[in-house]
Amino acid sequence: MASSPKLNSRIPEGPMEHKWTKYRSTVHLINPANKRSLEVIVVGSGLAGASAAASLAEMGYKVKVFCFQDSPRRAHSIAAQGGINAAKNYQNDGDSVYRLFYDTVKGGDYRSREANVHRLSEVSGNIIDQCVAQGVPFAREYGGTLSNRSFGGVLVQRTFYAAGQTGQQLLLGAYSALQRQVGMGAAKLYTRHEMLDVVVIDGKARGIIARDLITGKLERHFGHAVILASGGYGNVFYLSTNAMGCNVTAAWKAHKKGAFFANPCYTQIHPTCIPVSGDHQSKLTLMSESLRNDGRIWVPKKQGDTRKANEIPEEERDYYLERRYPAFGNLVPRDVASRAAKERCDAGYGVGASKMAVYLDFSANMMRYGQIEANKQSLHNPTKEQIRELGMAVVKEKYGNLFDMYKQITNENPYEVPMRIYPAVHYTMGGLWVDYNLMTTVPGLYALGEANFSDHGANRLGASALMQGLADGYFVIPYTISDYLSGEIRTKAIATDNEAFVKTEAEVQERINKLMNVKGTKSVDHFHKALGKIMWNKCGMARNAQGLKEAIEEIKQLRLEFWKNVRVTGEQNEFNPELEKAGRVADFLELGELMCIDALHRNESCGGHFREEYQTTDGEAQRDDDNFAYVAAWEMKEISNWELNKEELKFESIKLAQRNYAS
Amino acid sequence: MSHENMNLTLKVWRQKNKDAKGNFETHQVKEVSPDMSFLEMFDVLNERLITEGKDPIAFDHDCREGICGMCSMFIDGRPHGPVKGVTTCQLHMRSFKDGDTVVVEPWRSAAFPVVKDLAVNRSAFDRIIAAGGFVSVNTGNSKDANNILIPKDEADDAFNAAACIGCGACVATCKNGSAMLFVSAKVSQLALLPQGQVERENRVLGMVAQMDEEGFGTCTVTGACEVECPKGISLENIARMNREYVAASAKKKD
Ligand SMILES: Cc1cc2nc3c(=O)[nH]c(=O)nc-3n(C[C@H](O)[C@H](O)[C@H](O)COP(=O)(O)OP(=O)(O)OC[C@H]3O[C@@H](n4cnc5c(N)ncnc54)[C@H](O)[C@@H]3O)c2cc1C
Ligand code: SF4
Ligand code: FES
Repeated sequence: MASSPKLNSRIPEGPMEHKWTKYRSTVHLINPANKRSLEVIVVGSGLAGASAAASLAEMGYKVKVFCFQDSPRRAHSIAAQGGINAAKNYQNDGDSVYRLFYDTVKGGDYRSREANVHRLSEVSGNIIDQCVAQGVPFAREYGGTLSNRSFGGVLVQRTFYAAGQTGQQLLLGAYSALQRQVGMGAAKLYTRHEMLDVVVIDGKARGIIARDLITGKLERHFGHAVILASGGYGNVFYLSTNAMGCNVTAAWKAHKKGAFFANPCYTQIHPTCIPVSGDHQSKLTLMSESLRNDGRIWVPKKQGDTRKANEIPEEERDYYLERRYPAFGNLVPRDVASRAAKERCDAGYGVGASKMAVYLDFSANMMRYGQIEANKQSLHNPTKEQIRELGMAVVKEKYGNLFDMYKQITNENPYEVPMRIYPAVHYTMGGLWVDYNLMTTVPGLYALGEANFSDHGANRLGASALMQGLADGYFVIPYTISDYLSGEIRTKAIATDNEAFVKTEAEVQERINKLMNVKGTKSVDHFHKALGKIMWNKCGMARNAQGLKEAIEEIKQLRLEFWKNVRVTGEQNEFNPELEKAGRVADFLELGELMCIDALHRNESCGGHFREEYQTTDGEAQRDDDNFAYVAAWEMKEISNWELNKEELKFESIKLAQRNYAS
Repeated sequence: MSHENMNLTLKVWRQKNKDAKGNFETHQVKEVSPDMSFLEMFDVLNERLITEGKDPIAFDHDCREGICGMCSMFIDGRPHGPVKGVTTCQLHMRSFKDGDTVVVEPWRSAAFPVVKDLAVNRSAFDRIIAAGGFVSVNTGNSKDANNILIPKDEADDAFNAAACIGCGACVATCKNGSAMLFVSAKVSQLALLPQGQVERENRVLGMVAQMDEEGFGTCTVTGACEVECPKGISLENIARMNREYVAASAKKKD
């Protein structure tokens, strides 16, 4: 298989370990005076956007940052809980750049681009250094050094964390770096602004159209380059662990302007989330993967067991992950853990009122920690209750905020009874196709963080999204963007009365008018929920050709109905959350179709993409490396009409192998 | 679950934009499940308003996990409602009783103008951070992270101060509209860490000056902010900031 001529991945020549070093020392540089006249637009203020914006402003570029929240600090990255990976080997447990690289490629089920992942592993350590220098309060040991925990799919402890609030602390670090630049006038903030289109002039991205969400006014902004760091599209499923505002709009508009969309069907379903409680449900809440360090997952051995968890004796519990995957146990990767939970529930072993849940149980480890504490404190013959109390304190320190959140939501106390959990949509590995420079197929248009497809293949390992977002923003784009901008030093800022700006703004305006003028009878949420149901049932944890074909037809129907019957209340020239949602759902209704098309064309199972027709006799994902070791990059011709372009994946450093987490 | 569904009366503040005069509007919400979050109850109400062709109530929210700091409802006279240590989005309807009347208002403060209904503008907080809430370290010039050793207790204290979500409940509850708890949380985090030492004085002076400029009121240590802060940010931070401020001002005069 050869890659499509339309896709040039620009992977530097040379051995894997030297590609990035060599690239960095040979990339074109731009003198400081020229940097001052180069303008860069950054859409998004999450880890990827804030770190990119801060770093580029520090370097001297003129930066404009956009986000739809009222402050950059509220980007969805703030909600990340468990941690961030880095190959520091502080635990002396055999970690290395190579091992992180290997784990990530393997965890991604051999569907990622080696050169990008290797670079990610190389810069991972710098991220921790940078964050600590900014004052990010990571967890520490008594000796004052940084502390680590384990995440799924690996056998080392390389995850840095700040209780269950790692994303918050990392984002506040990046945000403060950004605010410093804002204070100095090097970066300008546009909060409560939503980017609604990219402006392309002579084939290059030259700016955006954004809507001021308070006044409803459309604005034109010029940039020599445009960076999209607009996050993932998990909310296409309606229910997900993502924040309510997460959406695909920025990436989708770019897609419609010529940026290819890669691997849209690769969705991560996270194994440990609080189950749905009723029809009113607006989102699902994650219980961090870090809990699997200390929580054991089980279901009763008896089908339809109605006893309470505490009444089921040890020998009647099936710790199915430990049983099926003895080497990794409860710490198998997410795709494996999620499918295993679904398998048990579908087979009738689920727990709780809905029977669509499994237990995540901390009691054994609470006792173990309690015993250690009792020893430390030289308590002789402590009672069981004393041990439990001591153990509880340890668990509280590690996961207190998560336990509180669980209790708040379910009204059950997880210190006393096991948590009930079930898989939920969490992360999207797919996204805008980018080359090694993180540039999309539109010159001058970049995609960073969850918005691109680059590093996680068909399944992301836990604690690697934060790493990738910050790697992209702090350590990759500052170098790679100069490769492009060094050719733009003679380009004068383009006035926004240029006809391309006028025309693009008119198109955006027309779409808003269209949405406002349907004046139908059903709310935006009605359509969003309906789309979510189709996606979850037919393009969710398990997929098959028949269901996907049906889903494609159903989505087309739903889209037609949306444009005939949606009701958007209020006015367009005011703060109007319904109008914002309507635009996003309209885009989801197009994306959903492409996700199903992608899932249908990929006749194999890999990572988060599980096609029921392609599984081993043990129910594991069965890849087809001969026919599908490629990135599927879709080019939009018109709605419902996409052309497939393939980027061949070559594995030079790591041998393709069937993933094995059992031994 | 233990309770039955309930019926509630909501008195909600409606205000078209920052310049409009607002007023309370009364709505009945029926069949509220105790498992719903407060915001999900608003979703249900808004869904009904939309079906009736009325304008839904605008409110801010995003993560719905108590961490982004976006949600901001003043419920029965208390920011984030009756339960301690909980943001509006994590407040659940099991904290209310059938037949209750619940009054919902936006954050009210001169420095937080209303955008619409229950949504306000808190950009003043961003400007305060821009005035000094950072460590001036450019990307790429930091040494190995474990070269900075920090005693666990100090790291934990800094973390506790850093847990502030920037929601503004402290300002909303304060009769003076003071932002001291928010500002002191950031000042404390960085004052407690070795990384924050170099700019310690400029930071506190800069942030306090900006806070005053934004029109926040003065602190008379009523302690209301600590009571209502959903993240348990402690008044000790204000005391620490006052010490930092006095020391920094004295040094400036020298
Ligand atoms: C609950 C939860 C917990 C997680 N925990 C972890 C973890 O422990 N470790 C880990 O590695 N990963 C974790 N993840 C994944 C990780 O948090 C995300 O993948 C990552 O933060 C994405 O960062 P980002 O910068 O790409 O985008 P985001 O943080 O999503 O930021 C997107 C930004 O784009 C802006 N934006 C979007 N569209 C527009 C538009 N049209 N116009 C203007 N602005 C726009 C938004 O305002 C926002 O500022 C978690 C995810 C969830 C949901
Ligand atoms: S100090 Fe507390 S109440 Fe004030 S902004 Fe921070 S989290 Fe909110
Ligand atoms: S919506 Fe994020 S804290 Fe409430």
